[in-house]
Amino acid sequence: MGAGHTHPLHVHEHSRTHHLPAHVKVVATLTTAGLVATAPRDDVIAFAGAAVVLAAVARASRVPGRFLVSRLAVTAPFLIAALLLPFVASGPRVDVVGVPLAVEGLWGALGLVSRTLLGATASLLLVATTEVPALLRGLERLRVPPVLTQIAATMLRYLEVIVGEVGRQRRAMTARGYDPRWLWQLGPLTAGLGVLFVRAYERGERVHAAMLARGFTGRMPVLVAERPATAADWAVAMAVPGLVAVARTVGAVVGGAEAWA
Amino acid sequence: MTAETGAAPPALEVEGLRFRYPDGTPALDGVDLVVAPGERVALLGPNGAGKTTLSLHTNGLLRAESGTVRVVGVELDQATLREIRRRVGFVFQDAEDQLFMSRVRDDVAFGPANHGLRGAELDARVDAALAALDVTHLADRAPHHLSGGEQRRVAIATVLALRPDVLVLDEPTAGLDPASRRDLIGVLQGLDVAQLVVTHDLALVLELCPRTVLMDGGVVVAEGPSRELLADAALLAAHRLESPPGLAPAPRG
Repeated sequence: MGAGHTHPLHVHEHSRTHHLPAHVKVVATLTTAGLVATAPRDDVIAFAGAAVVLAAVARASRVPGRFLVSRLAVTAPFLIAALLLPFVASGPRVDVVGVPLAVEGLWGALGLVSRTLLGATASLLLVATTEVPALLRGLERLRVPPVLTQIAATMLRYLEVIVGEVGRQRRAMTARGYDPRWLWQLGPLTAGLGVLFVRAYERGERVHAAMLARGFTGRMPVLVAERPATAADWAVAMAVPGLVAVARTVGAVVGGAEAWA
Repeated sequence: MTAETGAAPPALEVEGLRFRYPDGTPALDGVDLVVAPGERVALLGPNGAGKTTLSLHTNGLLRAESGTVRVVGVELDQATLREIRRRVGFVFQDAEDQLFMSRVRDDVAFGPANHGLRGAELDARVDAALAALDVTHLADRAPHHLSGGEQRRVAIATVLALRPDVLVLDEPTAGLDPASRRDLIGVLQGLDVAQLVVTHDLALVLELCPRTVLMDGGVVVAEGPSRELLADAALLAAHRLESPPGLAPAPRG
């Protein structure tokens, strides 16, 4: 890390993926996520295919598996909700090691878990291989309205500000003997949230003032010459959703796993 | 060392500036201040005197109720705001507020790029600013991984890259170790640009700024050559400041 470290989700490497123009990667990621999200919930061939393709991308981009797994933790609430489905859904049930589980719930869980994990992985690979300014410029090149990219830029900046403030607050608490290890010990930390918000807001204001002082007008300036996307760039990037589309086609021909049972 | 030397307009000229915070607290109550081209002026005063409020007016981050700010003769208003912000290099007290890009080089390029510089011209401007602050070797580092002293110098480089007519520095030596402080003073002495230095560091004032303006309660209460002003123990004590050791009680010849 060190010199190239830019944001907590970025993996500093020099792979082909890292060097693809950002807007090409954005299109490829959105297409991939769209294909995964719209796949039938029992299309295991499409899900497995997408998993293999994304694993290959991660490998080619030198994004460590451990990094992906730890960042995928943010999807935990969805996964927990999905895993509850087999227990709470109504309809016919099957016995799995003595526990009666709803068949509908099982398929629902499979679909939800697969879509969540695959979609999140695709997005993670995008941000892991793209620096924030490049990402924002990429969105601008895709004609995303500047007001939206500005909101995104502001959110990212405030996010770092808030993460920094949380760290400082946590240190200040730790220094005075507070060492939360369990959920029920989080009281003081949550009590500090209000203060945290105000401090982060004020800090964000100061950062913004510093940007204005240097002539910021709402658009990030272009600092590095951007190379135009070549046909090869598009071909490499779109191969990812392309392969996922192939898996979906195969899945559609073979039929969903629900029919196999 | 006054402004009335020849035809060149002062680098910074503040006249009758009044400002009240939104909650009604008066902060500036008619401030006049002049910084000549290339001159280094210290702005002293106790906490709450209005120093930072005044400095925020110099590039339009706060707008006065009445009074004017002129930078090299250009009066600050909505139409000139952008030009004034280029001409006044504002260095914030906390360098972390100022540095937000992922690389030092990009942060230094941010200002000039906002003002339309591109390509080789932009690179040259960035290189010159980095060299002036002696931070060329940090160009590819991440700003938030630098030491306090390095961050301070990079922060100054980010505004120097705009080729300002006047630098406004808010507490430039706060929180620096003696060696970093020494480096910074050396660098500031070498810069060929007018400087308004807001500070509590009286030793810094003696070394860096021939002239001092003393503020309290939102007005300028005294100004003059730093050596004389800082030797006036009674004046300083009346405004919650102390003469630097070795200078009080009497001015040295």
